[in-house]
Amino acid sequence: MQPFTYERAASIEAAVATVASRPGARFIAGGTNLLDLMKVQIETPAHLVDIRHLPLRAIEDLPDGGLRLGALATNTEVAAHLRVKRDYGILARAIMAGATGQLRNKATTAGNLLQRNRCPYFYETNLPCNKRRPGSGCSALGGVTRSLAVVGTSSHCIASNPGDMAVALRVLDAAVETMRPDGSRRRIPIGDFHRLPGDRPEIEHPLEPGELVTAVTLPRPLGGTHHYHKVRDRASYAFAIVSIAVVLQEDGTGRVAFGGVAPRPWRVEEAEALLPDGAAAVVGTAFQGATPTPENAFKIPLAERTLKLVLSEGRA
Amino acid sequence: MSVPPSPKIDRRAVVTAAAVAAAGMPSMSGAQAAGSKGSVAVSLTVNGEHRRLDFDSRVTLLDALREHLHLTGTKKGCDHGHCGACTVLVNGIRINACLSLAAMHEGDEITTVEGLGRSDALHPMQAAFIEHDAFQCGYCTPGQICSAVAVLAEVAAGVPSHATGDLTAPMMLDNGELRERMSGNICRCGAYSNIADAVADVAGRP
Repeated sequence: MQPFTYERAASIEAAVATVASRPGARFIAGGTNLLDLMKVQIETPAHLVDIRHLPLRAIEDLPDGGLRLGALATNTEVAAHLRVKRDYGILARAIMAGATGQLRNKATTAGNLLQRNRCPYFYETNLPCNKRRPGSGCSALGGVTRSLAVVGTSSHCIASNPGDMAVALRVLDAAVETMRPDGSRRRIPIGDFHRLPGDRPEIEHPLEPGELVTAVTLPRPLGGTHHYHKVRDRASYAFAIVSIAVVLQEDGTGRVAFGGVAPRPWRVEEAEALLPDGAAAVVGTAFQGATPTPENAFKIPLAERTLKLVLSEGRA
Repeated sequence: MSVPPSPKIDRRAVVTAAAVAAAGMPSMSGAQAAGSKGSVAVSLTVNGEHRRLDFDSRVTLLDALREHLHLTGTKKGCDHGHCGACTVLVNGIRINACLSLAAMHEGDEITTVEGLGRSDALHPMQAAFIEHDAFQCGYCTPGQICSAVAVLAEVAAGVPSHATGDLTAPMMLDNGELRERMSGNICRCGAYSNIADAVADVAGRP
């Protein structure tokens, strides 16, 4: 690791002010992704502001029947929360499909949303990568692409978003609450939170320097049956090749988002409107314009088969 | 032929000396720079004992335990959170000590495998691992045992897993659940069947 200085934040306002004004300063909470990347010097912060003890950990009922997840609530705390298990099963199941018990005990809600991608070329520091070294080129194009994205990509980056939790949050229409350096707060719909790479793949989210995620809010429960099906190379502790989050209503309508296939949780509203018509109709529309490589084209029929399986379980 | 008595140098001291030598000159400037601007003080409790430490901000909880406190029961496997050999309990919760800065544990209570039991009074999970022959080389064992102790607490607290059917029903620790919940602890020798037996044995006790 590169040397860095460290401080424990005294307050939310102080943490935001420090990270906004001090060059190379970063927030650290769970640290499971940031420290991992610091060890291989992909991340090289000059100063860490430890926010773990700030009062952003509570999980609270909202007046409209929704739920607010504090940014620092751990993945385990969210998945084990009685209301999440009862009303937002899709979220508990998505969280539990990712990582390990040890990591989920440390990783936070905000950190999970902001985790970096797992493209093998992002980790291979001897090769070009537009996320790691903007403008250097994409080594994945023409490389080994089996695990990478098939839709929403650009000629500058084909990394997929590795998250499970975010796929469920996309289906639930969650919103990300933040505090900006000027003290103002804003609410970013989850659908606008993860950016497509375009020609600036290094910009992954709309947060300003120093802007801190304070909570994730969930609208009131959708009802229906909740499904999260993850297809991966091992039965546990592996990233998704394809994952599907579905909330299915009794009349056959519902919502669906795909993970492991795009630079962000992939939900296409016109596609999910076709749920009563079956998996082929949904996937055909959701993956329109996809640009898979010969190595990862299998993900599209795999998504269709996986959705078919989930629908048959959901309607059984 | 008689062997002359060797000076009392253990394997660990040799390895440490070699590592320091291998690190060589180039790293010294970095280390000194960090020492001057990146040193951190932290007070924490380790296995019931209060400790105050001063170290480089880059020191992980794992390195603080092994290199600063000389509690070498906790093992370094991958150093990236993949293998679970470094699993310890922080305020009763299991985490990967390799993916945590020691500086971030001010006021925390750390329990390592050394703190679970003593050689004359083993923790029930330690005793079960011996009884069920739940290890071969033993390198992953401290992490497996710490993880298993925490898994039982997680099940009791209603933490679900990927293997859980009904999320709101009382949690059961069957073989499928147990294997899923222990998937963050890799055993290269493949002692998984006996590890599962040992954990199930302790879990099944009233």
